[in-house]
Amino acid sequence: MTVLVLSGLILLGGVCAGLIGSLSGLGGGVVIVPLLTLVFGVDIRYAIGASLVSVIATSSGAAAAYVREGFTNVRAGMFLEVATTAGALSAAAIAGLVPATAIAVIFGLVLVSTVFVSLRGAEVVPEEEHADRLATRLRLNGSYPERPGRITRYFVQHVPGGFSLMFLAGVLSGLLGIGSGALKVVAMDMVMRMPLKVSTTTSNFMIGVTAAASAGVYLHRGYIDPGLAMPVMLGVLVGSLVGARILPRVHTRYLRIIFEVVVFVLGVEMIFNGLTGRIGG
Amino acid sequence: MKGGEEREQERLLQDQAMENAVGILLRTGVLVAGAITFLGGMLYLARHGGEHFSYEIFRGEPADLRSPRGILAGLPSLQARSLIQFGLLVLIATPVLRVLLSVAAFARERDLLYVGITIIVLTILALSLFGVVP
Repeated sequence: MTVLVLSGLILLGGVCAGLIGSLSGLGGGVVIVPLLTLVFGVDIRYAIGASLVSVIATSSGAAAAYVREGFTNVRAGMFLEVATTAGALSAAAIAGLVPATAIAVIFGLVLVSTVFVSLRGAEVVPEEEHADRLATRLRLNGSYPERPGRITRYFVQHVPGGFSLMFLAGVLSGLLGIGSGALKVVAMDMVMRMPLKVSTTTSNFMIGVTAAASAGVYLHRGYIDPGLAMPVMLGVLVGSLVGARILPRVHTRYLRIIFEVVVFVLGVEMIFNGLTGRIGG
Repeated sequence: MKGGEEREQERLLQDQAMENAVGILLRTGVLVAGAITFLGGMLYLARHGGEHFSYEIFRGEPADLRSPRGILAGLPSLQARSLIQFGLLVLIATPVLRVLLSVAAFARERDLLYVGITIIVLTILALSLFGVVP
């Protein structure tokens, strides 16, 4: 295959990933690595490098649209970024020592659990009425416009638990080249009891910074190939921008189900190919 | 109690202004990075589009595409791959700039705790970007 044809096909794959990712709310990052390794036969290290770069592009693009709505908790985001960037940096530092087959299997397991987290749906967590001492000292409590004209206060809970889970989210992001958005939302929504809207937008805000912490290491290690990362990044960027624009007019429920099936199948395939040594063997 | 609520409201407004600035920065960064990468990509495809290449075997990038310094050094010769890599570098730098802007914003609010927290994040990012971590 010539460079022109290969780049065109990868660009198209990136557009689809970005489109589905932004429409389903699961993020396009999780499908980039399986797409590149399983469909295009790309070495998983190059795939992770290209995926990380596209994750930064979509996170920054989407965050720019979200911040205007006033849901993002800037302080909670920054405080938790200490955990995610530290996790991402440590994972990127040791990633060279982890065999590619193990990375493929871990990737598959993360994909499968992403589907379960997504199936659980948005459970309504009872709001906490009392302020947690550590959260108050760290000024993490906030308020957000629940409906236009109605500002609701919330009290953040279980800071150490949320912080630890964020470190794990950073590790997975750095090891696999994904945004770990689903896990970040779980940490803030389920553990720290932040409202779902605040959790999702703050998570999106954090993804770019988390990914940048491992992208630097991967750049120096030669994992980021310009010829590959270019069509992936441009495709995902265009796909996610178009997705954000048509989102209000699309029935996302069926799309989400289709995407969950796709992610599940890709997850099983990654585990299988990792175990049989077809990836990184 | 009323004073506390007013202060809270003021802080919320300051946070909002900061987020707006951050939003503009992120959008600009992504657009500039996308434009540079696109230009480099067109140049790359025009020059190398007919060649055969696969990414099945990992070789690692040459030294001049691995570090910010190497990438900048390759720019004057208009190497297509250096230009793309420069676009990607701008993209990676965008969130780092965002964190840098946050240090200034928290300093202006005299929120020393968060100036400290943000500097920790900035340090981790710098360790990564400047290749201190092997």
